Amino acid sequence: MSLLLLIEQVLNGLQFGVMLFLMAAGLTLIFGVMGLINLAHGSLYMVGAFAAAAVAGATGSFLLALMASLTAAAVAGALIELLVIRRLYDRDHLDQVLATFALILIFSEGTRWVFGSFPLFLDIPAALSGPVTLPGGIQYPAYRLLIIAVGLVIAFGLFQLIARTRIGIRIRAGESDREMIAALGVDISRLYTIVFALGAALAGLAGALVGAIQSVQVGMGEPVLILAFVVIVIGGIGSIKGAFVGALLVGLTDTLGGVLLPGVFGTFMEASAATAIGSSLASMSIYILMAGVLLFRPTGLYGTA
Amino acid sequence: MKLRSLMLAAGLAALASVGLADGHAGKVKVGMITTLSGGGAGLGIDVRDGFLLATKMAGNENLEVVVEDDQRKPEIAVQLADKMIQSEKVDIMTGIIWSNLAMAVVPAATAQGKFYISPNAGPSALAGKGCHPLYFNVAWQNDNLHEAAGAYANDAGYENSFILAPNYPAGQDALTGYKRMYGGALAGEIYTKLGQTDYAAEIAQIRASGADSVFFFLPGGMGISFLKQYAGSGVDLPVVGPAFSFDQGILQAVGDAALGVKNTSQWNKDIDNAANKAFVEGFQAEYGRLPSLYASQGYDAANLILSAMAEADVSDADAFRAALAAAKFDSVRGDFKFGSNQHPVQDFYVREVIKEGDVFTNKIISASLTDHADAYAAECSY
Repeated sequence: MSLLLLIEQVLNGLQFGVMLFLMAAGLTLIFGVMGLINLAHGSLYMVGAFAAAAVAGATGSFLLALMASLTAAAVAGALIELLVIRRLYDRDHLDQVLATFALILIFSEGTRWVFGSFPLFLDIPAALSGPVTLPGGIQYPAYRLLIIAVGLVIAFGLFQLIARTRIGIRIRAGESDREMIAALGVDISRLYTIVFALGAALAGLAGALVGAIQSVQVGMGEPVLILAFVVIVIGGIGSIKGAFVGALLVGLTDTLGGVLLPGVFGTFMEASAATAIGSSLASMSIYILMAGVLLFRPTGLYGTA
Repeated sequence: MKLRSLMLAAGLAALASVGLADGHAGKVKVGMITTLSGGGAGLGIDVRDGFLLATKMAGNENLEVVVEDDQRKPEIAVQLADKMIQSEKVDIMTGIIWSNLAMAVVPAATAQGKFYISPNAGPSALAGKGCHPLYFNVAWQNDNLHEAAGAYANDAGYENSFILAPNYPAGQDALTGYKRMYGGALAGEIYTKLGQTDYAAEIAQIRASGADSVFFFLPGGMGISFLKQYAGSGVDLPVVGPAFSFDQGILQAVGDAALGVKNTSQWNKDIDNAANKAFVEGFQAEYGRLPSLYASQGYDAANLILSAMAEADVSDADAFRAALAAAKFDSVRGDFKFGSNQHPVQDFYVREVIKEGDVFTNKIISASLTDHADAYAAECSY
């Protein structure tokens, strides 16, 4: 394996990780602040992608499509918080899982009802299609570089929001003591709605950004949701910093595992068996990583017990 | 249009549930289990629509169809099959799209004396040692389209292919099928994760491998993702694949990235015969969209059953089986016959993705394999 290929794969892992962070950030905030397991987070990702595809199809503008994804997912998030989720805060996790699983089904069938069963078209803007040549002669798709950049900017913005703004203080307060912050006169239910909508908007943005290079179809959110749960478990539930580190770890492990493991097995095995075993093990690699992290830090890397 | 097809299906289902008790001479009840919700729903909907179109065009009142949604889950498919066999008392079953679901349902159904006509899934296990006198496949054996792609790669002069497929039985069948026909060397062979949507790592490996062509089998959404990312990566090696990543349902979602790509299929809408013409026109008139190969398979499955009904009574299993095996129907593929293991012996074509007006579709550019049977027929004995 040449160094250039390795660097390219590291970039791929980074891009994947940054995308996962957008998903995991919302999930971990919602779990941290409200103690809610939201399985429907993947549906908000899908809502973002479909909104983007619809708007891009109607207007042809990718920027408008991204705004639409943010808005649609935030509105959908706020709506389900007001209508459904609000009733679940005091219930146990099993009830939450049941209700949000029902939301997945409702969103999936609702989306199919509106948009049909066939995947939608959403393409990257012409200006960003094709590769750029990076220093060292690496050819890398321009759009993926943009995703890395957008993800890092949003991560930075989110850290600033949590660390330096009043709403951030309230979110952190809500994480550490829900009853106390309510007793201090903060409108806790409004805070919950805002946090939920914020998490939803990030998921929707991720859906739109990724939808442009993948397929916009019903059920696209669930595979990502599973990875996002792995990320927040590794990072420590409720921690934005943990979500960031966890997402990058998962992204890099998944990408590099898939690339390197078949080669490693190939050194002492017959080629096609090495491919089969290597890729099977690569699919497990992030779960092995999660198990390893939990073994040494049962609350995750940045979690508090 | 969608609403109309739904109503048609609902109407037929309602009809079926109040239908006369079975046992009346000439009546045939078909139980269709297919995928109508979830990620792979487009395929099942096309099979169902093609099937119902054929029954509607035939206007045969002795054929009842019950349609159920398996949600692409084997356990649900098994429950539905039990229900259809025990309480609906169907005579014939059909509809399953995915090989893993077919493996869960078909052996049990045929063991209970029900005919099974597969409109899509053709796992090697059911074509070879596990074949059954009551099991017919009207589409293809899983390896076939990949074998056709391998044969095309030879014709095109490719000598160093990079091949990839998801790591599950049909994916392994795919690479096996391609390698069976392809005579050149392999620049690389990768199994991706099933349901994977990001192929940046694989595309980087393709770029570094020095291959002269790429063969991939990534059905449904996986193929959309791969093609879009491949087009954006700047790698410009020729790509070839089976029709599953280039069917009518997903081409619009891939867009320009698919333009000019060669793919192999047993059917296309421009095959020149009267049956195909009637099918393509009828499908567009009924549903307002172009048919896919899945729709053509559903349509052929219904016509196969209708042709057997004209020859024999379903209660006489031996006679009905012989009538099915004779395949006396006008297939949209033109010549069609069953081999010794009741899988098709048919022609395969190379298609190219083109744009007709605003719509992306396929056009046949050459023949790939003629009168091609599958590699497992010899292992089958009844």
